[in-house]
Amino acid sequence: MKKLRFHPCGNFRERYEQELTVFETDFGRLWTTLGIVALFALVPFVASPYTLYVINTIGIVAIAAVGLNILIGYTGQISLGHGAFFGVGAYGAAVLATRWDWPLAAAVPAAGLITALVGMVFGLPSSRLKGLYLTIATLAGQFIIEYVLVHWDTVTMGTMGITLPPPSLWGWEIRGDVGFFYLIFPVFILMLWMAVNLMRTKYGRAFVAIRDNDRAAEGMGIAIFPYKLLSFAISSFYAGVAGALFAYYTVSITTEPFNLALSVEYIAMVIIGGMGNMAGAVFGAVFITVLNEILRWGTDMMMNMGIFGSMGLNMAPLREFVFGLAIVIFIIFEPRGLAEVWRIWRSSFRLWPFSY
Amino acid sequence: MLLTINNISVVYSDVIQVLKGVSLRVEEGQIVSLLGGNGAGKTTTLKAVSGLLKPENGRVTDGEIIFAGSPIHNLSPEEITRKGIIQVLEGRQPFKYLTVEENLRVGTAIRFGKPYQEDLKLVYSYFPALLNRRKMKAGYCSGGELQMLVMGRALMAHPRLLLLDEPSLGLAPLVVREIFGIIKRINEEQGTTIVLVEQNANMALQIAHYGYVMENGKIVMEGPAEELRENPDIKEFYLGVSAAGALKSYRDVKSYRRRKRWL
Amino acid sequence: MDFFLQLLVNGLSIGFLYGLSAMGFVMIFKSSSVLNFAHGELIAFGAYLFLVLCSWAQLSLPLSFLLTLAGCFLLGFAVERVFLRPLIGEPLIFVIMLTVGLAAMFKGSILLVFGGNLHTYPDFLPPWLGLTWGSVSLQPVYTVTLIIGTAFLILFGLFFKFSSQGIYMRSVADNQRAALSLGVHVKRVFALSWAIAALVAGMSGIVLGIINGVNVHDLSGIGLKVFPVVILGGLDSIGGAIIGGIIIGVLEALTGGYISPSLKDVIPYIVLVFILMVKPYGLFGQVEIERV
Repeated sequence: MKKLRFHPCGNFRERYEQELTVFETDFGRLWTTLGIVALFALVPFVASPYTLYVINTIGIVAIAAVGLNILIGYTGQISLGHGAFFGVGAYGAAVLATRWDWPLAAAVPAAGLITALVGMVFGLPSSRLKGLYLTIATLAGQFIIEYVLVHWDTVTMGTMGITLPPPSLWGWEIRGDVGFFYLIFPVFILMLWMAVNLMRTKYGRAFVAIRDNDRAAEGMGIAIFPYKLLSFAISSFYAGVAGALFAYYTVSITTEPFNLALSVEYIAMVIIGGMGNMAGAVFGAVFITVLNEILRWGTDMMMNMGIFGSMGLNMAPLREFVFGLAIVIFIIFEPRGLAEVWRIWRSSFRLWPFSY
Repeated sequence: MLLTINNISVVYSDVIQVLKGVSLRVEEGQIVSLLGGNGAGKTTTLKAVSGLLKPENGRVTDGEIIFAGSPIHNLSPEEITRKGIIQVLEGRQPFKYLTVEENLRVGTAIRFGKPYQEDLKLVYSYFPALLNRRKMKAGYCSGGELQMLVMGRALMAHPRLLLLDEPSLGLAPLVVREIFGIIKRINEEQGTTIVLVEQNANMALQIAHYGYVMENGKIVMEGPAEELRENPDIKEFYLGVSAAGALKSYRDVKSYRRRKRWL
Repeated sequence: MDFFLQLLVNGLSIGFLYGLSAMGFVMIFKSSSVLNFAHGELIAFGAYLFLVLCSWAQLSLPLSFLLTLAGCFLLGFAVERVFLRPLIGEPLIFVIMLTVGLAAMFKGSILLVFGGNLHTYPDFLPPWLGLTWGSVSLQPVYTVTLIIGTAFLILFGLFFKFSSQGIYMRSVADNQRAALSLGVHVKRVFALSWAIAALVAGMSGIVLGIINGVNVHDLSGIGLKVFPVVILGGLDSIGGAIIGGIIIGVLEALTGGYISPSLKDVIPYIVLVFILMVKPYGLFGQVEIERV
């Protein structure tokens, strides 16, 4: 089928395949390919170590955010346990790698699967619970998982934490930020590609149907509960893989980061990015991670400056304040998320100069 | 003239223009019906009047709406309802968890603090079916009862201008007949001016005094109801009756697809 | 046996306190279906305001109590006005996320001003308020909680069931668009419910401050404790909030006393999940009426 050269000014699709294409025009495909090539060929060599660290973090976080977007944005089940699932993935990989000496290539997917299983267990309440009640049930999951991570000493080493062995992939020793960049980003692009395509299948459409009206979806013959569970499993799988990568990247993990605040941060990413939009989840991940880094940098600088040095310690709460403020401002001024900003910006180019 | 809409344009989200210069006039005490296909802009016109565009990110960008001598376009719904314009939303939107009587009491919101017992009696006299359901949660009522409920709820507010959006939606023909009978009675006995948006053109033109036909965000035809009823185009496209007065055969009805473009 | 009874009484009184804290939360949910993640911070605000007025400014007790309530009322009103009003008509998840952001903002600013240390009120409750039966005793604070809680329970119940303003509030929660079309002053309803909620939250903040001292982290933690409490009772039931609070309180006290103190914080959630599986809308929540 011949592809369109330019974006049409309206909806001129005539066949379902056209509705389903990932790239509407050849240009879209070209730009994406170029972008990916540039990402791998240029970024690791141009970026400073610190920038690369931030970029890697974004990659990891974005994987988890994309997973959460499948659950929240596409299936409509708000989960407050994503941070804990992320932790399960991290601990899964850490335990597999330290106790049984599993290689990275096996430990990461296995951690994903373990997390998917855990996610399904905590998705079970979705058989009967809806909306906010389900959200709180996942909040319960968050606390229960946190408790287990801290108190199941024999496996997780409790508050001591676990230190992972240096990872290697089929003989290739992954070292430094550049090494990790080449580990994280292929995984990220693969996962993103899978997620985008998942939404074009029967399963993706079933998720969307459940989100829009689960009763009606049931009436259409979609078995709601298995699909909801599947959605929980997939989203936790993403969280698990991301968590495993995070564990390898930070080398030593404790239970501390996988708390409710992390779960909330992930939801913030999905919302700020734009719910039900894959690119949105990535935008959200970029935004929140960069914001976090800027705030950290800002507080560090304030502490080192003479005038503010005395109140140095007191500046920590300021970070929390600014973080909250950023979320608030974003939601008030662009509740549809960054993806919408991007879409409007793009279509204003496309439609210029006649915007109606 | 109770309500004058003067050449208004409505734009949603600053991009989608739905109304492109709509003008209409509603005389005090009349029933004016607004006909047209799906997406013609009928509901948007009503929302422009009642101020409910705002929560949907819509805006009157051009023209003016004048109610009882003062401009009301782009006022908030709270202010507009307090001037006596009440809209009955499309698709019956009851307060599902409130009982029928509590639903009716919400109708008194625009004159909070005044007694409402008399109004309840009045509404029950128009809609006796509601009396038996008083203590029942509205979510469990039938479609016909709900339509009566939402109309009764609006009546509790003593509107000067009642905007009805598709009261016949999804109801049995007999119930539709009953409801239209009540609309006519309300108009005659309470002197309430009514703007009626309908798909059921036949029914609407029977009780209305005056009618407008909309298509593609524009008014394409207007006239007294009797005239519209006799108009051959209206007959063909909205009443489904051919010029000869007989029902069309299926073969002819297919020509409906080649819908006439006005203008 | 005495140990058990004492645990039970402790649990009951703490639970009642949870219920009282949860009441404001339910209030907001009932009128606007918003899960308020900033509730713990509202509680903290009340506690700190009272601290400032009573201990630092040395105002008389009743005066600082009233001023605190007024301050909380105003804060709730302002929060609605500034942050929530632009979001009227947007999907709920945005509003909920907004409260998450607000929580971070409030917590940050309270920490900025007061720091993370523990402050305490002067001891002012007369000891005769404490009750004792045999070996089991009830502290004065809890007696006060009991009285305040019961009073508010009755007041709110009557308000929502019979008063016009209460019915308007419920109608807004039910169907915002329809309420708007009938001229219900949706904004006023929201503002009022936030104001009242903040007032109740502030009051429970004072009581909590008397018991545990005033500390942002603890108080905002109570905001999270509120979730199992209200969900257990049913999100929209004020009576349910109290009963949910009591159940959680007793559970916590018993687990803390008999099993292990560390399990104390998790047990409410475990029980919660099981109860929800049996009763998906909580013990007293409204069953959602769905029509396709």
